[in-house]
Amino acid sequence: MKPHFRALLAGVACAAVFAAPALAQQKVKIGFITTLSGPAGAIGADMKNSVELALDHLGRKVGGLDTEVIYGDDQFKPDVGVQVADEMMKKHQVNFVSGIIWSNVMLAVAPRVTAAGTFMIGTNAGPHELAGELCNELFFTTSWQNDQTPEAMGKYMTDAGLTDVYIMAPNYAAGKDMLTGFKRTFKGRIVDEVYTRMGQTDYQAELSQLRAKNPKAVMVFYPGGMGIQFMKQYSEAGLRGQSPLYSVFTLDELSIPAVKHAALGQYETRIWSPDLKVPANEKYVGDYKKKYGKLPSFYGAQSYDGIMLIDSAVRAVKGNLADKKGMIAAMKKADFHSVRGKFTYGHNHFPIENFYLLRAVAGDSPAADPVMQIQKTVFANYKDSYGSACKMK
Amino acid sequence: MNLVLIAEQTLNGLQLGITLFLIAAGLTLVFGIMNLVNLAHGALYMVGAYFCTYFFQQTGSWPLAVVLALAGSMLVGAVTEVVALRTLYERDHLDQVLATFGLILFFNELVAMLWGRAAIFSTVPDYLSGHVQITEQLRYPLYRLVIIGVGLSVALLLWWLVARTRLGMLIRAGASNRTMVAALGINIRLLYTVVFSFGAALAGLAGLLVGPIYSVQPGMGELILIQVFVVIVIGGIGSIRGAFAGALIVGMVDTLGRAFLKPTLATVLSAPAADAAGPALASMLIYLLMAVVLAFRPAGLFPAVR
Repeated sequence: MKPHFRALLAGVACAAVFAAPALAQQKVKIGFITTLSGPAGAIGADMKNSVELALDHLGRKVGGLDTEVIYGDDQFKPDVGVQVADEMMKKHQVNFVSGIIWSNVMLAVAPRVTAAGTFMIGTNAGPHELAGELCNELFFTTSWQNDQTPEAMGKYMTDAGLTDVYIMAPNYAAGKDMLTGFKRTFKGRIVDEVYTRMGQTDYQAELSQLRAKNPKAVMVFYPGGMGIQFMKQYSEAGLRGQSPLYSVFTLDELSIPAVKHAALGQYETRIWSPDLKVPANEKYVGDYKKKYGKLPSFYGAQSYDGIMLIDSAVRAVKGNLADKKGMIAAMKKADFHSVRGKFTYGHNHFPIENFYLLRAVAGDSPAADPVMQIQKTVFANYKDSYGSACKMK
Repeated sequence: MNLVLIAEQTLNGLQLGITLFLIAAGLTLVFGIMNLVNLAHGALYMVGAYFCTYFFQQTGSWPLAVVLALAGSMLVGAVTEVVALRTLYERDHLDQVLATFGLILFFNELVAMLWGRAAIFSTVPDYLSGHVQITEQLRYPLYRLVIIGVGLSVALLLWWLVARTRLGMLIRAGASNRTMVAALGINIRLLYTVVFSFGAALAGLAGLLVGPIYSVQPGMGELILIQVFVVIVIGGIGSIRGAFAGALIVGMVDTLGRAFLKPTLATVLSAPAADAAGPALASMLIYLLMAVVLAFRPAGLFPAVR
């Protein structure tokens, strides 16, 4: 056994020699989780594009350090998301896990990442648990809390004097969050509240019921492909003229090319829009268009901000990635040029930010796709409703 | 709950059923005759939708796009059968499931490479959009009536093909005793390729018909395939008659459940209870139905005659 033992020692010595320079030359590793396959793959592609663009803008160095981004595909499944996050933390030893589109995936991944002492920088999903009782000092998000966007829509529709509204969403956690948020601020009469099957493709039965009730307006939450199907069938059923459509997370730069003119006149509320007049946003949207030949979506904008937030934190601690306290303090300041303009963080690490009313209007030329245009600010510096349940200071 | 609404929902159920039938017919044919579990059937449905959208954009003529898309789906089906599936007939169903699952991934990635991951724009030609006034109060989208019409014609054509033609006779013979048909000098390999391509064309037809009202994007086939499996299990695996009956039953039950279950429950339960139970129960309804059918008629309602 002796020679073996010697060989082992030699191996250890070699490893130590090679490991030494790696320690001295620090590198930022970011694990970015999103959905890259299946029908939601387009959202993931937009987020990935935006991360790459952010890296370009930073000269491929986050916080002045060499940077490696590892992309992971959650396949729209919470268990796969957890697996991917584990691999990123154990195998790749990432300093930050970021991304995540879906609330159910986020609820599975975030607590695990923060429990392991790694930063979780969310760039889309905002389940209420993470803003409230499950808040964590290592968790930050560059998006919103789920309820806020429909709350803005509820406020706008109340102010506009709308009543007799029909509301619809898919029957899952975020769908219920969305309609709960809407009902929190909407003061008019709700004709009916309808939940449809997750991933449903045909809405004709629901649309027939809707037509029979003859509502004054319709408010829906249908993200991704569900939204495309819903909007096409809504138009095809001739309902646009009868009951105007208001929505959250349904009509965006990814679904507009698939529904085109059918989207005209539809309202959305959001924290961001391609036409937001902020220098950082003009640079982001302009360069995105140049690099990828299309408009980014809010998913991408938030992911771009996620990388910029990490950059600001690593810069603040001068590249000392072991200084987590220092990075938390830096992130709390949100000291970077966000594409949504200046915002602050609440004590639960969710942004306090503006919400705008957007409308789909005709593009520059008759052949061009409609574009989203900001109409007004519905909420300025708006805080989520769950912070009081968060014990963090 | 008025009569017009019930009539409209019945039409909706019929339309959904017909759509499901178009997909189920090909799947059940392939299973019944070739004993092949083809999970990639949804991919062929996707291919049909993409082809039609693409050719419609290129040529500007919808009928031409439909013909090209059907031919294209058939060709893709034939190539898939010859290249990938031929070796699988003698294998276990589990191997077939694995291989055809691989095909799903392959086709989804291929489509994403060719047309991008985002959903693409697809629309009905102007002359098929709009509504038909059926009675004074009942208007129905013309395009959905077209789907019903096409589906019923295909059902008739299939019946005629299987029951009245020589090809149909061979298909039926091949289904009941493969070895005997081969021994009688029939080229069973060719027959299988023909049947599979035909099934692919049917899936493609369903895809191209619903493309304009659904979302045309990679992975669109898997969303509907689960319901199609429910249809063929209820109808009886391998039986076209079963697929037709199963599809109509599933379409009706699903549609009427989604439309009327909540209001009906509200008359017996409290409003919040009905609100919670209605949507959940409505989305489970077809699976409950399948469980009941399996309990009493394990081979389905119209099992293929062996």
